[in-house]
Amino acid sequence: MGRYVARRLLQMIPVFIGTTLIIFLMVHVLPGDPIRAMWGDKAADPAQVASLRHEFGLDQPLWKQYIDYMADLFQGDFGKTFGGRPVSEEMGMAFPVTLRLAAVALTIEIIIGIGLGAWAGLKAGRAVDTGVLIFTLIVISMPVFVLGYLARFIFADELGWLPPNVQDSMDLQQLLLPGFVLAMLSMAYVARLTRTTFAENLRADYMRTALAKGLPRRRIVGVHLLRNSLIPVVTFLGTDVGALVGGAVVTEGIFNVQGVGNLLFKALGQREGTTIVGVVTIFVLVILLINLLVDLLYAVLDPRIRYA
Amino acid sequence: MPDVTKTKAGTDTGVDAGPLQAAADAVLAPGAVSQGKPRSLWGDAWYELRHRPLFWVSAVLLVLLLAIAAFPGLFTGANPRDGDLTNHFLTKPELTHFFQADWFGYDGQGRSIYARVIYGTRASIMVGVGVTVVVTLVGGLLGMVAGYFGGWIDSIVSRIVDIFFGLPFLLGSMVVLNAFTERKVYVVIAALAFLGWTTIARVMRSSVITAKQADYVTAARALGAGTGRILFRHVLPNALAPTIVVATIALGAYISAEATLSFLGLGLADPTISWGIDISDAKDAIRDNPHVMLFPAGMLSLTVFAFITLGDAVRDALDPKLR
Amino acid sequence: MRGAKSAKWVALAAVVALAATACGGNDSDSGSNDMNKGTADPNGILTAQLSEPQNPLQPANAKESQGSRVLRTIFSGLVDYEPGTGKLVYVNAESVTPNKDSSVWTVKLKPGWKFHNGETVTAKSYVDSWNWSANVSNNQTNSSWFQDIKGYEDVHPEKGKPKADKMSGLKVVNDNEFKIELNSSVSYFAYKLGYDVWAPLPTGFFKDPKGFGEKPVGNGPYKFVSWDHKKMIKVRKFDGYKGPNKAKNGGIDFKNYTTADAAYSDLRSNNLDWIEQVPTTALTNYKSDLGKRAIDEEYSAVQSIVPAFYTKQFKDIDPKVIQGLSMAIDRDTITKTVLHGSRTPADSYVARGVLGYKAGALKEQVSYDPAKAKALIKEGGGVPGNKISIQYNADQDHKPWVDAVCNSIRKATGVDCVGDSKPDFQADLNARDKHQVKSMYRGGWVLDYPVNSNFMRDLYGSKAAGNTSGYANKEFDELANKADKAATLDETVKLYQQAEQVLAKDMPAIPLWFYKVNSGQSNKVLGKIPYGQDGDPIFTDVQVKKK
Repeated sequence: MGRYVARRLLQMIPVFIGTTLIIFLMVHVLPGDPIRAMWGDKAADPAQVASLRHEFGLDQPLWKQYIDYMADLFQGDFGKTFGGRPVSEEMGMAFPVTLRLAAVALTIEIIIGIGLGAWAGLKAGRAVDTGVLIFTLIVISMPVFVLGYLARFIFADELGWLPPNVQDSMDLQQLLLPGFVLAMLSMAYVARLTRTTFAENLRADYMRTALAKGLPRRRIVGVHLLRNSLIPVVTFLGTDVGALVGGAVVTEGIFNVQGVGNLLFKALGQREGTTIVGVVTIFVLVILLINLLVDLLYAVLDPRIRYA
Repeated sequence: MPDVTKTKAGTDTGVDAGPLQAAADAVLAPGAVSQGKPRSLWGDAWYELRHRPLFWVSAVLLVLLLAIAAFPGLFTGANPRDGDLTNHFLTKPELTHFFQADWFGYDGQGRSIYARVIYGTRASIMVGVGVTVVVTLVGGLLGMVAGYFGGWIDSIVSRIVDIFFGLPFLLGSMVVLNAFTERKVYVVIAALAFLGWTTIARVMRSSVITAKQADYVTAARALGAGTGRILFRHVLPNALAPTIVVATIALGAYISAEATLSFLGLGLADPTISWGIDISDAKDAIRDNPHVMLFPAGMLSLTVFAFITLGDAVRDALDPKLR
Repeated sequence: MRGAKSAKWVALAAVVALAATACGGNDSDSGSNDMNKGTADPNGILTAQLSEPQNPLQPANAKESQGSRVLRTIFSGLVDYEPGTGKLVYVNAESVTPNKDSSVWTVKLKPGWKFHNGETVTAKSYVDSWNWSANVSNNQTNSSWFQDIKGYEDVHPEKGKPKADKMSGLKVVNDNEFKIELNSSVSYFAYKLGYDVWAPLPTGFFKDPKGFGEKPVGNGPYKFVSWDHKKMIKVRKFDGYKGPNKAKNGGIDFKNYTTADAAYSDLRSNNLDWIEQVPTTALTNYKSDLGKRAIDEEYSAVQSIVPAFYTKQFKDIDPKVIQGLSMAIDRDTITKTVLHGSRTPADSYVARGVLGYKAGALKEQVSYDPAKAKALIKEGGGVPGNKISIQYNADQDHKPWVDAVCNSIRKATGVDCVGDSKPDFQADLNARDKHQVKSMYRGGWVLDYPVNSNFMRDLYGSKAAGNTSGYANKEFDELANKADKAATLDETVKLYQQAEQVLAKDMPAIPLWFYKVNSGQSNKVLGKIPYGQDGDPIFTDVQVKKK
């Protein structure tokens, strides 16, 4: 177990270096000159452009820029934005917002997704089952931004049940609508996964045993069935957390959420390499860590799995 | 249990690995019965499929959509590109004028929405099919190699997959799109495939690992079969099922992703006609003229629905546990 | 139209202020509208939309509109302009007078002005500020604004480190007077002085310019209170303000929004008093949503499409072809439909509201006439390849009008036309700078200062830095040079009007339309929010109702 974890942690090092390098190169390849673009449609002054380029180290060869960046990174310095503010500060503001939104989305996924899935699974083959299936298919086949605009149009503009935008990310009510939109897709999968495993496990031997023992139905469903069926669902939810932490460019954009997705989007528009590399690096590390946790959790939930 | 790394690409940008992962999870779920005899598996699957109403619904839909994509001129006489602002600006639909230019109304450029929906089918389906083919070939090959040979090859491929998995969809697509001077279908296919292959690679790798441990592979090896023969005659056919399922479902997701790319200003561009462009253009009119978005978005959802339902039916048919 | 929004109209003073108060109470069309009812609260706080300024709040470092919106409330310059006429109004200056050939300018200050920290505003506050801002090592994005001043090359050499830290052309005479010597005569130099970069700075600035940028101290009608990054910037009325444009409200809370939609819904629910621009989604119905609270004002900016003259297609083109293309564009219909009335058809290279704008400077060239358009293109030898494209950036709202223009050209002339979309502004700009545009590109210009030269010399002069199309015309260059050297402003303006007629024949660009502000105000605001010529409100004149 310990060796397994150590091996997985060691594997993160090449991924970390590879990711930063690739992002660095990609940002460099994108057309556009972030310094020149500060002048917008108007003409830029070449002397001032050169001076600013020097200030941000952009006059150095690319390999030098990368090494300098990595050297700073190992000292915990994520660099500066073109406005002169530390990137770590920007990320420190964005990540908590995204985390709160992710928490809302995850809660919705768990409650509605598992609820619908269990309901359909218990009534497999009946009208409820087909209804849930079609509902999930419809949700999956809609692009996120259509869903977002539609949800805002219906629930905020027409019905007025929820605020249309997030002004204050501490206000749970404001996060409900974007959280809902963000959760929809995964919710559909959770429902389908739950339904499948429920239907499968209903026919499992231990269910028959439990029934034969004369256990009350509520106990059978609530303890035996649920616990056994949730293994793949929990795994799925685990990986979904990793995804949610990365921020959601479209959803955050539509609902004015000042999270990681928004930060990344803006940084891309300004070709702000420091911010882009910082955000993506943290995101990749989080994904890898959560993957590890999920794999370990797997072993805990299912005794048949052992890691050497 | 091999080290099956499970991850989900969680950008909400559309090329979401969600459906793929859900399918893969179901197929590769712990304890999922490994596919035994190829003949009976595929044969059983077809028998199973024929008895599913949802399969027939999606099949009929897909045939119709393919016909529209191939011969759009048969379905409408109206020109999808020319608009008339003076007469047709944002005209509402005339739902009784079947197959006429004004059936679905006119958009913000005074163009027939019905004609655009019909002519947009080709690009959307080409993107879906194109990305799926590229991704299955590239991801499938890499996943197979990594899974079969293991060791350092597996390590390298898996780390590359990890890196690509974390790359933001937006950044990746921008880099690819900027490498080309035009915005044709093949460019969008390249952009979506650039980040999309990782999921297939993972699924393929896991199923190859499972398949190569099967007794008949050991037997074949004992009989002196070469690597190539084992790989293509014994391992691949048995590892293919999950990949095919994932690919079919992913196809729908890629069509949806093309729309998201357009929404972000990165997708196809005029003179190509696609639902993604039209949905994205319609977002400004959603309050007063929802019909402009309704029809292309409806067609897109219908198509994605058809593909996902097909993939779903195939998955269920291939998964003996559900029978 | 991104980024640079240059001229400063905001602190606009006495005349308008008087006019606004005079007719504030008895607006003729008030009727049932309660916008004009109620009494003004001199300490009422206004909330306004903003997105995070890109740079620290230093006067010469705000190239984008967000930072300069805040800076203009905190700083007052020497002069400002009267909206509508573009006439010069003195603010902190008592007078700004040129010598005979407009090469040496004498500035006299109104005495007794104070910075918000109590320090007196003197001639030195200006001279030190300009010397610092012009210095290339201080990395101010607007440093080139000082290039007319003698000695600029010493602090801002084309290459290498500056040789001096002072421009020799600036001389302090006494506390309230200084002289500006220019490299050559510029008859409209005083007009340039209305821009943000010419603000004075207190001595505290030079000790820690970066720190100052986080909490600036100015001499303007408002004093800075706080900057909660990405959330809010607060400014409050400065009671010791001596200028003509004293604040009529208690202060402004600039609230951060990332989308126009978000700001708009807050405006509708009266959680926000002013928004920058109505989102495109609401353009069709914001007037019915907001009633009289809707704002619809023209400002001095023009949008055009520009042929890339370095391409094979347009290298040796007959101007008739470009004129034909221009006449194939149905500007009236497009502005009314696709653009929802957010622009008005252009009839000149110079935007309305600018000194020297002449209504109908372009007549036939901008009128829609498909038959004539077709004939002209044929006469001029046709469009090479019979196909054009218009490059634009997809991250802003350009696609609808580009599609409509293309459609119009296609239908009228049979020349194929497609939009060439670049994913974002940086990619678009890069292609323009590097001369990689394939056929035509979208162009736009917001005024820097309200003189017609700004709309011509800086764009079409063969050596102008803003000329990215490769256009060159000797006749125009000569006229522009002559105009710049003219002794009086009147003469300059007239010569530029002549130069405009040269452009009208040669068609270096196809002007499409002038911009409008489509915005709104909350029910907490008393009377209409007044606007300057650059499309920004005059915040000091906004009144907040008593609760």
